[in-house]
Amino acid sequence: MNNPETIPTPDIWRLYLQMFRCRSFEKEVLRLWQDGAIPGEMHLSMGEEAIVVGIVDQLVEGDALALDHRGTAPLLVRGVDPTQLLKEFMGRTDGLCRGMGGHMHLFSPQHLAASSGIVGASGPAAVGFAFANQRLRPGKISVAFFGEGATNEGMMLESFNLAVVWKLPVMFVCKDNDQAIMTPSSKVTSGNLMERARGFGLRAIEVNGSDVENVWELINLEIARLRNGEGPVFVYTRCSHLEGHFIGDPFLRFAHPSMRDAGQFMSLIKAHTQTKGAPLRERTDSLKEVLGMVWENVRKYRSKEDDPIPPIRNKLSGMDAERVQEIENQVSLEIESIIQQISIPVGQLGGEKP
Amino acid sequence: MRTMGFADAIEDALMQAMVKDESIIILGEDVHGLRLNLRVRFGRERVIPTPISESAFVGAAVAAAMAGLRPVVEVMLVDFIGVTMDALLNHAAKIEFFSGGNWKVPMVVRVACGGGYGDGGQHEQSLWGWLAHIPGLSVVVPSTPADAGGLMMAALAHNGPVIYMEHKLLSEYWLDYLGGGCRKNVNFNVPAEGVRGAVPNIWEAVPIGEGVIRREGKDLTIVSVGVSVHRALEAAKILEEKGISTQVIDLRSIAPLDKKLVIGTVSQTGRMLVVDEDYQGFGLSGELAAILLEVGIPFKYARVCTNDTIPFSPQLEYQTLPNVERIIEAAIKLVNI
Repeated sequence: MNNPETIPTPDIWRLYLQMFRCRSFEKEVLRLWQDGAIPGEMHLSMGEEAIVVGIVDQLVEGDALALDHRGTAPLLVRGVDPTQLLKEFMGRTDGLCRGMGGHMHLFSPQHLAASSGIVGASGPAAVGFAFANQRLRPGKISVAFFGEGATNEGMMLESFNLAVVWKLPVMFVCKDNDQAIMTPSSKVTSGNLMERARGFGLRAIEVNGSDVENVWELINLEIARLRNGEGPVFVYTRCSHLEGHFIGDPFLRFAHPSMRDAGQFMSLIKAHTQTKGAPLRERTDSLKEVLGMVWENVRKYRSKEDDPIPPIRNKLSGMDAERVQEIENQVSLEIESIIQQISIPVGQLGGEKP
Repeated sequence: MRTMGFADAIEDALMQAMVKDESIIILGEDVHGLRLNLRVRFGRERVIPTPISESAFVGAAVAAAMAGLRPVVEVMLVDFIGVTMDALLNHAAKIEFFSGGNWKVPMVVRVACGGGYGDGGQHEQSLWGWLAHIPGLSVVVPSTPADAGGLMMAALAHNGPVIYMEHKLLSEYWLDYLGGGCRKNVNFNVPAEGVRGAVPNIWEAVPIGEGVIRREGKDLTIVSVGVSVHRALEAAKILEEKGISTQVIDLRSIAPLDKKLVIGTVSQTGRMLVVDEDYQGFGLSGELAAILLEVGIPFKYARVCTNDTIPFSPQLEYQTLPNVERIIEAAIKLVNI
């Protein structure tokens, strides 16, 4: 491993293809959701592509995936049929899960990939997959994806412990966007997450969530360790969710003029001025705090500062702009063909009579 | 009398109670945003966002209630209550009993419940039967703004744990966050009378365990709760045109059940149709039949409930949850037995 000649290097063209593919696919998901063709909530993976691609691209048959509510990108990279995914999001009975699950409950048995809408649930699931793999498929691993918010769930911490004492081949991937649903995580999370993981005896490493090459290279070494039976690892990384917690995130509505709700401000003014309650100073401070959160969310949204796509795209464009264009054209063709394969059902949304 | 939305009524009642009783505190995920008005008015010491740690903060709320506070603890959706079930099942529900009645747990667990907006089977459950199964927990499910505020007042005055369930089709902000997301091009089958209605100027408690007759009728009694009450009322209008006179009962509380009202009304009509958005097996619909059997009333019985995990697909979801067509079909069959 220490011999530089044997250190594997990623095929960055392929990584870019996968990242661009995830992004382009989710842009279509966003459009279809806005058109009203996708019911319910929609949590996108936009902003997580470097992490997802840098890890999932290296998985092989027999490796398992325990996913959270942002399963779209991991499943795309893992090889699930995108048309089937999109049909599932639209609630069609010819979708991946026959329209039963929707985007938060995606399952692909042949990829050993299972997702959940319950925060923290990917921890125990990854432990169970690894436990089975240890016995049935030696050398195969499991990967859990979750946010930093999930590291405050008991079930996640219990999973860390179990994985260590059973020396399971689990990779716990913590994607930290400092936002637990709509609460700033730093305000509700004690200590340091790397140290927290180490407290369980977990090996802990940090990867750069905006740099797909860095993710791929460090994860490549970790996967080798896992396959070799050297015990679980905690992978810490930062990212941004470019569309917020979900599409239509209340904190981001201020960034979208069409979503602003004047009524909200009226009740706030009332809450601030009505007699009886906290002292005026405290009320003002509470208000300022929330406005600060809104502002921070809107600022992040506008700046796209952690978007992992531009850095790799710029790098590759410098090397061979034509090849980048070819890749993007290839992806566009794939997306077009996916869209052609679906027809948009009208008037068949949540609760409406068929 | 004023007119108010369902969610605003809950907030208004909470405000009235929080002014009077400083021991009331609110804690839960995202409450700095979800209860922004309360946070601004009562300050950050009384409206406290928590980490996503349901077992810790609900468990803590139980002990905080024992130690003198009156927490309103929010678990967002009732589906997430699975994570913290031990705090409710083995602690909140049992402390008063174990202490020989010497130690009370005055807390409100506020959860959003119910489906019909395309969020899938992990976010749309009802689960009130599952919770009411546990001795020691009170469970309330309002269906109108007036009851939403009144039952919140009752829950805040109650000296034991109350699960307060807020249906997402009735609470505009939940439906908007989880279903619409600011989209103007999606529609939901929302019962207007449940979403907005007359409320008192000064809130008073609607007693826990007291149901109400929403519509008089003599051929059959529909017993229901939550959004299903509105579906039943809609069905009753259509049944009227078909010559079937339908009485509709809104239980409002699941635990304790208003047995007297159910026994009194069904003994008059001789027919009970239970319309329950919760799962059919081992739940409210069976319990209601058992209550009548135990007192020996002769009656004919049918039920329209949720029989399976709620599908994500809107069409399948519509068929799975109780709907007007299913209610009418069951009612006609019941009357013709």
